[in-house]
Amino acid sequence: MPFVLRRLLTVAPTVLVVATVTFVTLQVIPGDIAEIMLGTEARPEDVARLRQEFGLDRPLVVRYVEWLGHLVRGDLGTSISYREPVVRLIRQRLPVTLSVAAAAMFVAVVLAIPLGVLAARRAWSPLDLGVLAGSQVGLAIPTFWMGILLLLWLAAATPIFPLQGYAAFSANPLDWLRHLALPAVALGTERAAALVRLVRASVLDELNRDYVRTAHSKGLAGSLIMRKHVLRNSLIPVMTVAGLQLGYLMGGTIVIEQVFGLPGLGRLLLQGIYARDLVIVQGAVLTIALMFALLNLAVDLLYAVVDPRISYA
Amino acid sequence: MAAIVRRRRHNLPLLVGGALVFLIASSAAFAPLLTPLDPTSIDPAGRLQRPGPEHLLGTDRLGRDVLARILYGGRVAIIVGAVAVAIGAGVGVSVGLLSGYRAGRLDALLMRVIDGLMAFPALLLAILVVAALGPGHIQAMAAIGVVLIPVFARLARAQTLAARGQDFVTAARAAGATDTTIVLRHILPNVAGPLVVQATVAFSGAVLAEASLSYLGLGTQPPTPSWGGMLQEARDVLFVGPWMAIWPGVAIAAAVLGWNLLGDGLRDLLDPRLRRGPR
Repeated sequence: MPFVLRRLLTVAPTVLVVATVTFVTLQVIPGDIAEIMLGTEARPEDVARLRQEFGLDRPLVVRYVEWLGHLVRGDLGTSISYREPVVRLIRQRLPVTLSVAAAAMFVAVVLAIPLGVLAARRAWSPLDLGVLAGSQVGLAIPTFWMGILLLLWLAAATPIFPLQGYAAFSANPLDWLRHLALPAVALGTERAAALVRLVRASVLDELNRDYVRTAHSKGLAGSLIMRKHVLRNSLIPVMTVAGLQLGYLMGGTIVIEQVFGLPGLGRLLLQGIYARDLVIVQGAVLTIALMFALLNLAVDLLYAVVDPRISYA
Repeated sequence: MAAIVRRRRHNLPLLVGGALVFLIASSAAFAPLLTPLDPTSIDPAGRLQRPGPEHLLGTDRLGRDVLARILYGGRVAIIVGAVAVAIGAGVGVSVGLLSGYRAGRLDALLMRVIDGLMAFPALLLAILVVAALGPGHIQAMAAIGVVLIPVFARLARAQTLAARGQDFVTAARAAGATDTTIVLRHILPNVAGPLVVQATVAFSGAVLAEASLSYLGLGTQPPTPSWGGMLQEARDVLFVGPWMAIWPGVAIAAAVLGWNLLGDGLRDLLDPRLRRGPR
């Protein structure tokens, strides 16, 4: 079977596992879900109604199969706190989260590739050591603290960046960018710190190969070798990791959305938790995990396309 | 041994990381000696005081001393980190040893479960567990512990798989050792090095995760001081008391940096083949 098809087939079990873990974790909560969701002061008849709505009187397996059935049809249930279908809530918020993750990835790549290449070309120079030390520090700074510092220093000092909120791209692209800039930098610098070491190591690895020496002895210019040979080869592993990090950023946005008051999936998830609205929690967790799985899939497929040396047959 | 000592002399990450970890751990342990102030005592008259001689790092919006809260918050960070790593390593290494030693169908089953945990972004999984268990630092320990299980399980399994075919295992078996003895007395000590390094790095991840959960209001609950919780409180009064937003973050970054560097240093120390740097 061709690799692409086989890889596509592995997504289904992953999705099933993710759905199962999510369902089981939230259903095997100690105590009565209906009581937890409605609080201790709820009227007994409301609790009874909710119990029936959730089918809590039926066995777990039956509920699980039913829930999966709804899931397949794209029905994630109705939120108790919003009184709206969860799918609609998620659809409104998904673009925000994806925008933040993509913008952060952009910041990470734009920072990491030039810095990593520069560091590798001058390996063990003060510049290189500075990049390495900077990346250690960058990895240690929590993204939400970085966000708070950016708010403190940039948003307060300049009228360019708003303190809170989001603007849709379709409404006003410039406004969208202004709202995204700081969250993207906060989230992106941390990822850049991780990525820059990989770029450096990967470029350094390629620079020591025979074909580079051959190219030099042919009399090719250093910049040409770098651009045409070294970069192309060394960026393959970088791309894989960057793709995996895009998935990771889906998790990172949860905190950053909270710092900048962005109405994304992470915020929805937290509102669900604070309001004890487990239908929302289930839907949001599932969506974020699904995005994570799909992004990993996309990276794998792209990897096979970009690097012809790898045969998955 | 002499070689190890020689290597340590040039091991800057180990030195810097060790110093940071020592500084943070001892200032948390000896917090009552370093500050006479109670981290939870409220002083409405002394709200939001700038850093000064009386309060070196200022006070928060309830008049509590920021320095005292950071020192005591270090205890929370270290305890949550240690317990979470203990859970993750305890469960993960057991699963990994079993999976790698037994192989076959049990291995396949256990690894599918581990894959299932890895199908979630780490923070999302921790949030999911806390959503189920409710907020609090005990729950946060459990949640972060669960998140850490896969890395330990995978590492222990890979190491065990590599070790089980080696001569010392065959020799032990020929000498009549039971499976339990072989795994615990022969394989585990041989695979412990990378696991120790992993535990050190996992500790920094756990500190970061605890801070994130507490920032989101899902981890350590007020009035118990925690670094993440302090940053959440600072967020509301950002422009009135910016000092509240600076120092807890410095503490988190220093702790994460310290444990990361210590992990790097230990890796270099224990496995010179992975040593980086100019020759």
